[in-house]
Amino acid sequence: MREFTYLRAASLADLPASATIIAGGTNLLDLMKHEVMAPDALVDITRLDLNRVESEDDGLRIGALVRNSDLAAHPVIRRDYPVLSRALLAGASGQLRNMATTGGNLMQRTRCPYFYDRRMACNKRDPGAGCAAIGGVTRNHAILGASDHCIATYPGDMAVALRALDAVVNIDGPAPRQVPLADFHLLPDDTPEIETVLRPGEIITGVTLPAPVGGQHRYRKVRDRASYAFALVSVAAVVGMEDGRISQAALAFGGVAAKPWRDPEVEAVLAGQEPSDALFAEAAEILLRPAKAWGENQFKIPLLRRSLIATLRDATGMEAKP
Amino acid sequence: MQITLHLNGATHDLDVDARTTLLDALRHHLGLTGTKKGCDHGQCGACTVLIDGRRVNSCLTLACMAEDAQITTIEGLGSPDRLSPLQQQFLDHDGFQCGYCTPGQICSATGMLEEIAAGWPSHASASLEGPFALSHAEIAERMSGNLCRCAAYTHIVAAIRQAAGADDRHEDAA
Repeated sequence: MREFTYLRAASLADLPASATIIAGGTNLLDLMKHEVMAPDALVDITRLDLNRVESEDDGLRIGALVRNSDLAAHPVIRRDYPVLSRALLAGASGQLRNMATTGGNLMQRTRCPYFYDRRMACNKRDPGAGCAAIGGVTRNHAILGASDHCIATYPGDMAVALRALDAVVNIDGPAPRQVPLADFHLLPDDTPEIETVLRPGEIITGVTLPAPVGGQHRYRKVRDRASYAFALVSVAAVVGMEDGRISQAALAFGGVAAKPWRDPEVEAVLAGQEPSDALFAEAAEILLRPAKAWGENQFKIPLLRRSLIATLRDATGMEAKP
Repeated sequence: MQITLHLNGATHDLDVDARTTLLDALRHHLGLTGTKKGCDHGQCGACTVLIDGRRVNSCLTLACMAEDAQITTIEGLGSPDRLSPLQQQFLDHDGFQCGYCTPGQICSATGMLEEIAAGWPSHASASLEGPFALSHAEIAERMSGNLCRCAAYTHIVAAIRQAAGADDRHEDAA
């Protein structure tokens, strides 16, 4: 690990603009050990008053320092936003969930092995260097929204549920602002080193959830082992039914792109329809129309199709296939 | 830099490089080698300690960030002549072979049982509202952050169930 200056912030006003923020540290310290990240200064924000979950209008405001474990167990999250509890509980380990924060989880970096290995070419780590993942081992890589410059995925689970819930990210800085989670993470295009809209001098202070929408909540995660592994693909679903028809469907997908993926056309084709295998196959077809495999991650295309169909069958009360 | 750690009921003043993890501070500065370094990247759980009663990976914690907290290591949970219930059950159930992961397993299990007592659900819970059985599936899921290269998992689960007072006649009753 490279040397750095350790600073501790006593208030938001106290934040030095040039320092890298640390809270849970679960990803940042790992990246610093690999020297993929080498900040000159770290500012510890864990003493800031950002660790509350509070009602706001009809929704909920989650402080940036609320730990993943506390958020997953929060009674209002469990009752009104269970897809978020389920996504959090599907991520990492008990120890890491006790450390990881809501803000930090949004800022976590990809787990692309070529990004972590400094001997490998990586446009994200070293802009212009090329991408060793393309043509390499791509089991964990993107099938949606990737570019010739970067095929890395955003690895988290929490943000996928937040995407389905239409969450908004609260940002403080020279000009405080709110950014829908939909717009917070960026696709790689030709600047994969720019992963979010957060600018230098800005900090995430929390996440706001709109009023609960009810419905059936599901988080289906497919991974290489039963626990403590990143998603190959995941599906966050909030599905409402009325008179035997789908009244609403919010669907977000993890492990398949550089951001939690969501496609309004998929949801539009489901709205107002009676659940059926033909309908779900049509939704999956629309979702996967822009999909592109990069070698061995070809398997993710049928895996995502089946995961979506299985999640919709479950959430709409259709019987499980034998 | 000068830091103060509150550890196992005592206070220690240390002079550390800012890069020092809590794990290295424990082992190299304080001579408390019960906490083990396995992967040093938060993947194996051998370094698990309790901070303010919550289990965390000490390898991914900077010592200087743990200054205000109460830290408990395996040495603080019990001693050879006064074992904690989990320590005793790991002995009784042969919950280890080489023993390297054991301090992390026991610290993690200590925190995990508190999480169940607090009513926290897990990925393995059928309902987010509980009740949460001490079934094999629940314990395996909740302990997935602790790897055992000897694969003593069956005995580890048995030790944890016994320490928690689970009824073995209803192993997987939910």
